[in-house]
Amino acid sequence: MAGTGTAHLHGESEALLRVENLTVQFPVGRTGLKVHAVSGISFDVLPGETLGLVGESGCGKSTTGKAVIQLPPPTSGSIVFQGQDLTQLRGEKVRQLRTNVQMIFQDPISSLNPRRRVRDIVAEPLHVWGIGSKQERARKVEEVLETVGIDPSTADRRPHQFSGGQCQRISIARALVLEPKMLICDEPVSALDVSVQAQVLNLLEDLKAKYGLTMVFIAHDLAVVKNVSDRVCVMYLGKVCEVAPSDDLYAQPAHPYTSRLLDSIPVPDPEVKPDPANRIQGELPSPMAPPSGCRFRTRCPIAQERCASEEPQLRHVGQGHYVACHFPLVGAPA
Amino acid sequence: MSRNALDTAQRRATTSTLLEVRDLRTHFRTPRGIVRAVDGVSFTLERGKSLGVVGESGSGKTVLSRSIMGLLPRRTTLRSGTVLFEGNDISSADPKLMRQFWGTEMSMIFQDPMTSLNPVVRVGRQITESLTKRLGMPKDQALATAERLLADVRIPEPQRRLREFPYQLSGGMRQRVSIAIALACGPTLLFADEPTTALDVTVQAQILDLLDEQRSDRNMSMILVTHDLGVVAGRTDEIAVMYAGKLVEKAPTKVLFSKMKMPYTEALLRSIPRIEDHSHTRLQVIAGRPPALIDPPPGCRFAPRCPYAQERCTVEEPPLVEADTPGHFYACWYPVGSAEWQARQGATAGTGA
Repeated sequence: MAGTGTAHLHGESEALLRVENLTVQFPVGRTGLKVHAVSGISFDVLPGETLGLVGESGCGKSTTGKAVIQLPPPTSGSIVFQGQDLTQLRGEKVRQLRTNVQMIFQDPISSLNPRRRVRDIVAEPLHVWGIGSKQERARKVEEVLETVGIDPSTADRRPHQFSGGQCQRISIARALVLEPKMLICDEPVSALDVSVQAQVLNLLEDLKAKYGLTMVFIAHDLAVVKNVSDRVCVMYLGKVCEVAPSDDLYAQPAHPYTSRLLDSIPVPDPEVKPDPANRIQGELPSPMAPPSGCRFRTRCPIAQERCASEEPQLRHVGQGHYVACHFPLVGAPA
Repeated sequence: MSRNALDTAQRRATTSTLLEVRDLRTHFRTPRGIVRAVDGVSFTLERGKSLGVVGESGSGKTVLSRSIMGLLPRRTTLRSGTVLFEGNDISSADPKLMRQFWGTEMSMIFQDPMTSLNPVVRVGRQITESLTKRLGMPKDQALATAERLLADVRIPEPQRRLREFPYQLSGGMRQRVSIAIALACGPTLLFADEPTTALDVTVQAQILDLLDEQRSDRNMSMILVTHDLGVVAGRTDEIAVMYAGKLVEKAPTKVLFSKMKMPYTEALLRSIPRIEDHSHTRLQVIAGRPPALIDPPPGCRFAPRCPYAQERCTVEEPPLVEADTPGHFYACWYPVGSAEWQARQGATAGTGA
């Protein structure tokens, strides 16, 4: 993988969010070394679309999501939201941006202040922006809580009195209360039980339809990502491997990494025997010294010399299907 | 103090049942009341077989495995019922006696390898500890064994790794070290409590393959505790489903998936997003959430969330009964496929989620 390139992007005016050559690096203490968390990735999200970002831990998916809302601002690259480059914004402008792009985090319990009442947690964004009168705010809070399936009569309780799934609903309510255009969900269901996970995933789908939301859905679980996403972007070690409409990606993965990743998923069917031969061997290389060329080559079963010397560019292999690989499983070799 | 080796060998040859649990109850005294974490669980496990224990958080699956092993704090735990291990009743054994079993007869792998390994002790010493203390191995022999164990769990450069600390290893490597420690004294029963939940999907697959391979190489029995039906589907001989402290269904793996009787099992399986479904497929949800274990509902504990529940379910607790297929047990008055269930399903079809 290890792909760069922008072949997969839509026209500039079509996309609600367009990220180009995004790079995020973190210094390692005073060693002068850098963690290359995200190394020049590009993607875009159309209005009303859900884009899934998927990959193993350390692939840079969460860093990417956070970079969009400038937490922290990226090292380089451009992030254009509604025609405005967010990386050029400073101070007050960044604050205003965040009313339109809201984020939901992985651990619902630690992302809510344990000492505040749920009513106040959800009203906080309205309060910060001075929206509405006190009564209007109270009404809005009750309405949003109702929408996410929390009984407004319980709004005077504190987060610890709710279960994990309910806390995640409260986080969603807080994110929605300002009526954002875009929601960035960073592993929103990975801390939840399967039965509750299904409830929250269905809720996100309902809300998306109701408010016409555009979503970036970040998760490591490929089945979850497939369920909610229109398009999926597979990441590996700070690069994009493959971008495709979700059904196509799963039916015909073009990148060897995607294919192996799909084979690793445990299938809830006893007739499907796990096949140890189809495993990704070894572990993720250090993001402090990523491999040359294609970053997946050290674990790739079909890597050749060229993969070490030349970085593959994202290129078209099917309808809306792009892959960054010299020897893809679909389409002709580059 | 150690049991006669010959005796053990004979017992191993004659009995095929390794573990028998009868009406095990494990309750905790808490300031808010008694938490009935495990409330009357019975099952048997054959030698060399693997059992998957599946349930949501709070279903009692972890407490069950720790209770069998005798790892729970004694002061606040109320335990009753029988645990027979190779025919010996170990349910009331004191920790001194249990120490003979830990490591050599049964051992456990925990969910988070970072907290289960000692961060300030080198990997080598963490593995050799049980070898020298439990098996009385000389130090150099123990080190050689540890190196072989690391190689067995597929850790590259085992000799170098022996001298490293856990923080120098990745999550997957740490879990491999935990497995090496658990296997060190050659246990006959291995508990794996959510061994891959903290790991990436690619590493999860590697670790599950490794556990499979070690289990068959060593002819161990394994109890694999997980919330993920996908993890146990292709890898266990039998599956036990737990809900709110009760065992609600147990069957050979293939039977469970093809002929499930308990509406909870069915609902659990349906709520998993499947990779072969189209994107935006509506997931089936289980309404509500598991009951509090301090004051569980009367009757069937799943009744408040069960779409097929009838009056009897809320009053009378269903016993665990055997289905037509031998070895398949379930606890439900109106199991999936029964006439009442079908009638009820027709009635709820229009209003279904």
